[in-house]
Amino acid sequence: MNGIHDMGGMHGFGAIPIELDEPVFHTEWEARALAITVLMAAWRRWNLDRSRFAREEIPPASYLALTYYERWITALVALMRETDLLGDAELASGHAQERKTPPLSAADVRRVIMAGGPVDRQIDASPAFAPGDAVVTSNDHPAGHTRLPRYARGRRGTIVRHHGAHVFPDSHAAGDGEQPNHVYAVRFTAAELWGADGHAGDTVTLDLWENYMQPAEETPGNG
Amino acid sequence: MPKQPPDGPEADHPHDHSHADGHGHDHAHVPEEPALRVKALETLLVDKGLVDPAALDELIRLYTDEIGPKNGARVVARAWTDPEFLSALREDATEAIARLGYTGRQGEHMVAVENTPDVHNLVVCTLCSCYPWSVLGIPPRWYKSEAYRARAVREPRAVLAEFGVQIDDDVSVRVWDSTAEVRYLVIPERPPGTDHLDEAALSDLVTRDAMIGTERQLTVDGGDRRA
Repeated sequence: MNGIHDMGGMHGFGAIPIELDEPVFHTEWEARALAITVLMAAWRRWNLDRSRFAREEIPPASYLALTYYERWITALVALMRETDLLGDAELASGHAQERKTPPLSAADVRRVIMAGGPVDRQIDASPAFAPGDAVVTSNDHPAGHTRLPRYARGRRGTIVRHHGAHVFPDSHAAGDGEQPNHVYAVRFTAAELWGADGHAGDTVTLDLWENYMQPAEETPGNG
Repeated sequence: MPKQPPDGPEADHPHDHSHADGHGHDHAHVPEEPALRVKALETLLVDKGLVDPAALDELIRLYTDEIGPKNGARVVARAWTDPEFLSALREDATEAIARLGYTGRQGEHMVAVENTPDVHNLVVCTLCSCYPWSVLGIPPRWYKSEAYRARAVREPRAVLAEFGVQIDDDVSVRVWDSTAEVRYLVIPERPPGTDHLDEAALSDLVTRDAMIGTERQLTVDGGDRRA
C-alpha cells in the first residue's frame, strides 16, 4: 500500500537522532512490548507479513504520532482482536473471560528464537533472471502489503544476485498463501532513482521478487 | 535492561508526540500512556494464559545479554583472520555464521557485504526496521527513525556525514534496502596496525555501527563510542 511506512526518499524528517551509548531498551515497557509481540506470534494466528501489514494499516497521522513500540502494540492489539485471541469485552474490562495455555514456556524461548522462520522454499519454476540481467520494476500500486517501495517502481536496474525462492509477502499478508517466488538483489544507480541528486558511482540495491519485474528489453523507454 | 528511574519509566524519554490526535480510536478504554497501556495489556494476556511472563523475561534476557553486536563482531574478526571462513562467508553467509552459533530469528537468510578502499556499504530498511537480529541484536532507535529510513537511500553521504563519516567522491556508496527476508552484515575493513592482534582482540575493535555501515574507519584504540 502507498502508506506512510514507505518512507524511502521522503524529505522533512530532519537529522538522524543519533544517540551515544544507547541501551538495548530505553524503558521497561519497550522491552515488554517487543517480547509480547514476538511471543504472541507463537499462536500462529498471523504470519510476519500480516504483522508488518497491520503496522502499515495504522493511519498515516497516527503512525507518525506513535513511537516505534507503540506502533507494534497498536498493530498487535488489532491482530489479536481480528483473530479472536482477545475480545472487546476483555480489552474493555481488562479481565480474561477464559483461560488458555501459553504455547511457549521460558524453556522454549531460546530454541524457538535460534530456529527462526526461514522463508526459502523449493519451487519448480526456474529463475527467470541471472546476475547481469537488466530489469524494469513494476509501476503498480497495490492497496495491500507489498515490498516494492514507491521510490523503486518503474525503474531500470540490474540483477546482482539470486537469493532463491522465498515466500511472497503480498499474498502471504493477504491470507492467500505463500506463493513462493524467486528473489533477487537488484541494483539501481543513484541517478536512476534520484535524478540529478544521485551521486555518480553510488547505488541502491533492493531485494525484489521476480513478479515485481520484467526484462528491461520488453519495455524499452521505461525508466 | 536499565532500571526504571524512580520518577517513572518515561522520565528519560520525554514524549515527542501528541496523544491528542485521536489515534486511540479503537482502544480508548486501554490506558493511553504507553507504559501503563503495555502493563495493562501484559496483565490481561497473562491472565488469559496467552503468554507466560517467564517467557517474556527470558526473551528480554536473550536480547539484552546474549544476542547483540558482539556476535557480529566475532563474525567480522573471523573473516579478517581466517581465509577459509571468509570464503565460506562469501559463498553462503547463513551457513558460515551458523558455524559460530548465530542463527534464527531475523538472521535466517544472511549476506555479508565487504567494504573495500573503493566501496562503502550501508544498510537500511525503508519500509519498516528489518535488521540482522542474530548478529546485531535489537536495532538502535536511530535505525528505526523516520529520518534514517527516508534519507539513507536518497542521500547516504549526507547521512554518513552526520555520523562523522566523510566518503571521498571516488568511493562508491552501496546502499542495501532490506526489502525481503535477507539480512545484510557489513564487513568493515580491518584497521591498520592490527597484525599482532588475535581474533578475540580484533572483535573488540568492531563496532555495531561499522557493521551497519554508519562507521567506516575502525581504529586500534576501539572505534567510537556508539558501539
